[in-house]
Amino acid sequence: MSFLTLTNIQKSFGTMVAVEDFNLSATKGEFVSFLGPSGCGKTTTLRMIAGFETPTSGTIVLDGGDITYRPPNKRNIGMVFQSYALFPNMTVAQNVGFGLRVRKRPADQIQKRVTELLELIHLPDKANQFPYQLSGGQQQRVALARALAFEPEVLLLDEPLSALDAKIRVSLRQEIRAIQRQLGITTVYVTHDQEEALSLSDRVVVMSRGRVEQIGTPFEIYNFPATRFVASFVGQLNALPATVVDAGSGRLTVGGQEIRVSARIDAPAGSAMSLALRPEMVSLGEGPEGSNRLAGTVADVDFLGAIVRMRIRLADAVIVALDVFNEPTLKLPAVGSSITISFPADGPLVMAPGSEAGSGTSAAA
Amino acid sequence: MSRFGAWWAWAIFIIAALYMLVPLVATFQFSLQQNPTGEAYRYIFNDVKFFAGLGYSFLVAVITIVISLLIIVPTAYWVRLKLPRLRPFIEFMTLLPFVVPPIILVFGLIRSYGRPPLAITSLPHGSDVVLIGAYVVLSFPYMYRAVDAGLASLDVRSLTEAAQSMGSGWPRILLRVIFPNLRVAILSGAFLTLAIVVGEFTIASYLAPWSFAPYLSQLGVFKAWSAAAVSIISFMLTWAAMGILILASRGSAGRVQIAGAR
Repeated sequence: MSFLTLTNIQKSFGTMVAVEDFNLSATKGEFVSFLGPSGCGKTTTLRMIAGFETPTSGTIVLDGGDITYRPPNKRNIGMVFQSYALFPNMTVAQNVGFGLRVRKRPADQIQKRVTELLELIHLPDKANQFPYQLSGGQQQRVALARALAFEPEVLLLDEPLSALDAKIRVSLRQEIRAIQRQLGITTVYVTHDQEEALSLSDRVVVMSRGRVEQIGTPFEIYNFPATRFVASFVGQLNALPATVVDAGSGRLTVGGQEIRVSARIDAPAGSAMSLALRPEMVSLGEGPEGSNRLAGTVADVDFLGAIVRMRIRLADAVIVALDVFNEPTLKLPAVGSSITISFPADGPLVMAPGSEAGSGTSAAA
Repeated sequence: MSRFGAWWAWAIFIIAALYMLVPLVATFQFSLQQNPTGEAYRYIFNDVKFFAGLGYSFLVAVITIVISLLIIVPTAYWVRLKLPRLRPFIEFMTLLPFVVPPIILVFGLIRSYGRPPLAITSLPHGSDVVLIGAYVVLSFPYMYRAVDAGLASLDVRSLTEAAQSMGSGWPRILLRVIFPNLRVAILSGAFLTLAIVVGEFTIASYLAPWSFAPYLSQLGVFKAWSAAAVSIISFMLTWAAMGILILASRGSAGRVQIAGAR
């Protein structure tokens, strides 16, 4: 049953439409992420849920009650900000207890709850310190505890990890997910980091230019992108120009070489299409029987630690990127050497050529 | 820094220090010229008018500071939060006291409030009210800039929204979140206002000739040594105020960290 529902939400600033026709239904305890590039409307949507912005049209319903025009301080929604927004004049304990003091809870209850939350975020010894005495990661954990202290109905997180360094970001996101699961609180998380969205969420809302491109589980979003934008924004992607040879049998040419795909092709022979192929679907060598094989030359080899990314140049300057797991016995081909690569027939998605059409790898922003 | 650079830095420092200290030492020496045992100071401390004038000016300054804060802090906060486009206009408005000379201001005030229909000066404490109003206007440039600089060092929007999301209304946000984090800025503005009000002569000589600055001026006419002593005392008071400011701001440096990994 839906706990948080956004229906036909639109938000305009003057003539600029920031969010258009946004619909979402989140169940109680669900973790939903809004993922998209800067300016796609994800933060504006989050701020409308928080009450800091009012929708131009549409409704927001929380647990059966219409909160569209309810002021933010009457919504019982906790929020964690990118800039932490801890009150500099208050200690950690005072920050965490702020929402409870606003609600005029007895002092002993506040004390108990603050202790409980500081243990939850593993900072029980920092109660009397001021925010400026804590590291960025610790400050954000305190901000999380503060947002949870008054037991809000929904927790909103606006790019909470983007000001932190990479290692802390990973450990803190695991901590956020563990706490969210433990408390079972409905959570909306805004990020432009696809890895964060995919690893944390029950469902991901991919947004672009104020519109929802796709709503789905991380598995669906990654493996079955609904639009070209989702395919290119989430994960790494080869967008290869292809020409239809025979739609019925799934035959196309890429870089002058024929391949066969199991995806349905809705275009007549001779049509230009775009083949969306993840680098991890492509292997070095000829692969098992029935694989698609392409011959080319090694254009580039990038050592990225756990994986090695190679770029293979086919005819017509088409470049295919592929990832190989790093291992001590791995023999890397020399740049300029001839090579055969392969991928299964059910690997690529066939799309109509769009603005991003062309060879090479589209990296997520 | 090279030795030559260090030499120049010391030279400039010494010249600046002499520029400040020589008049002070000269004033102090002059205050003891008539009587090296401090007769000028004894006279001041035995003069009821000195304490009355100083007490009156301090009271007026404190009331001015309170009213100015009640106007400026919410205004500057609201402009930063909701009406950033109005900032240049508000800045211009707060600069008006620099454009209108105090003598023009006081004549305007007397003409406006000294006769019907707004004959405030003829009411009990009417002149005090008009004087405080004039000082509130005079304090705007100093108070606004101090408070605005304080607000610039805070992430006002996020702090406000964080407090709102936790259920806070506007009065609590202002009193519990904004005011405490502007402590040093407010103290700076308050001490600047204090110094201006206590030392202001033109308006005071028309609306409250018994206040401190007119008293000092009258004293200079017939007891120059004591007037020098009063100047020294007022310097001491200013330094004491600065000391309080430094003590109040101690420990708050670096406290405002808005974002960023450490």
